[in-house]
Amino acid sequence: MIRIALLVAAKDLRIERRSRVLLWQVLPFGVMALVLCGLALGPQHAGHSSAGPGLFYLVMLLVALLVINRSQVIEGSPGTKASVATLGLDPAGVFLGKALALMVELWLMGVVLLAGSVLLLHTALVGTLSALPSVLVTLAALGAAGALYGALSGGGQGPATLLPVLSFPAFAPLLIAGERSFSAALYGGALWQWWVISLVALAAYVAIGILLYGVLEES
Amino acid sequence: MGSSSPVVVLRDAVVLVSGFPLLSGANLELAAGSLTVVTGANGAGKTSLLRLLGGLAALSSGTGEVSGIDLRSGDLRELRRRVGWLGHEGSFYDDLSAEENLVFAAKALERPLGEIPTVLERVGLASRASTAARQLSAGQRRRLGLAWLLLRRPELWLLDEPYASLDDEGRTFFDQLIGDVVRSGATVVVSAHDPLRSSALTPRTLTLAGGLVVEDRS
Repeated sequence: MIRIALLVAAKDLRIERRSRVLLWQVLPFGVMALVLCGLALGPQHAGHSSAGPGLFYLVMLLVALLVINRSQVIEGSPGTKASVATLGLDPAGVFLGKALALMVELWLMGVVLLAGSVLLLHTALVGTLSALPSVLVTLAALGAAGALYGALSGGGQGPATLLPVLSFPAFAPLLIAGERSFSAALYGGALWQWWVISLVALAAYVAIGILLYGVLEES
Repeated sequence: MGSSSPVVVLRDAVVLVSGFPLLSGANLELAAGSLTVVTGANGAGKTSLLRLLGGLAALSSGTGEVSGIDLRSGDLRELRRRVGWLGHEGSFYDDLSAEENLVFAAKALERPLGEIPTVLERVGLASRASTAARQLSAGQRRRLGLAWLLLRRPELWLLDEPYASLDDEGRTFFDQLIGDVVRSGATVVVSAHDPLRSSALTPRTLTLAGGLVVEDRS
């Protein structure tokens, strides 16, 4: 399972590095969304508002939907699906590989957008840095859930609007936990309990994906 | 040629997609080491038949067995490992190079990577090894699909319209390679609009219409 996971993750990351879709399309979109959030807050409120963590996660959600959809689209052509199916890959390994690649991609986006939130939303640098571990865990959970819901929404062949609709109930608690822990890192409060929620969600989505990904692929 | 024991047995096989029968009661036996060409008009059920044989489409009713694996109750994942699929849409990752696609398949199947240059040479793509699959011509993409299959060495080759958009040279190359594969003992099923042109190949030809086998010429 681990061998297949590493193989699939390396393949997905190589495809993204080669196609540069994330670098030249998704990341600029995320930065533009952050700029718009900063403009929406206005110069008077950007430095004093407590909305920074929420806006960061809102932008991350939009970016994550694009990244997850992209992760499924690269598998989506009927010929590729059939050929890869005849390799007989362990579905648990495929899920872990897709989730791992999504996590790495979301981490890279997250680090850039965190820097963007310091610059554009004026979140405090020290607080933002101390929020980094919790952000990484939340984005990892988002990646694991994304690999699962990406397959559930049709594996790149379903309607483009299906993924946001289906994944909302799964992503909303993650974003709330992430926003709370980011806010706690910036302004003080119960950081660890929100961290634990993200960690439990990560473990749960990984376990569910390992168990169910094969069923989703078959359906 | 291989032995005459059937590698494929279908009895009244029906494949339904969204309630519509793509195969509507096909009966078929294919001997191991044989070459079969499935012809028919668009929508006759050629691709559905190949997908059923590859464990890529579910058998809705009737019975079927491929390589000793029951299509209803058997391990379809194991069946898929034994078959090779070449579709007319392209069979690989467009953003990876020809060589990288083969490395992925070889690693997935735990095959030695040393076979890859030989396989690329065999299909005439050695000079395009580092070219992204999306930049290959239709014929070259088809050859890359064949390289993928040569690397895998499946028991049952399912080639879905492999001649589409190929020039004469490409068709001749495919015919020669199919002949070699059959002589090596593998079973090959080809869907095509036209019969094979090579006089060296003497395939059994099945004609499909409306999801049924309506003609069987050996």
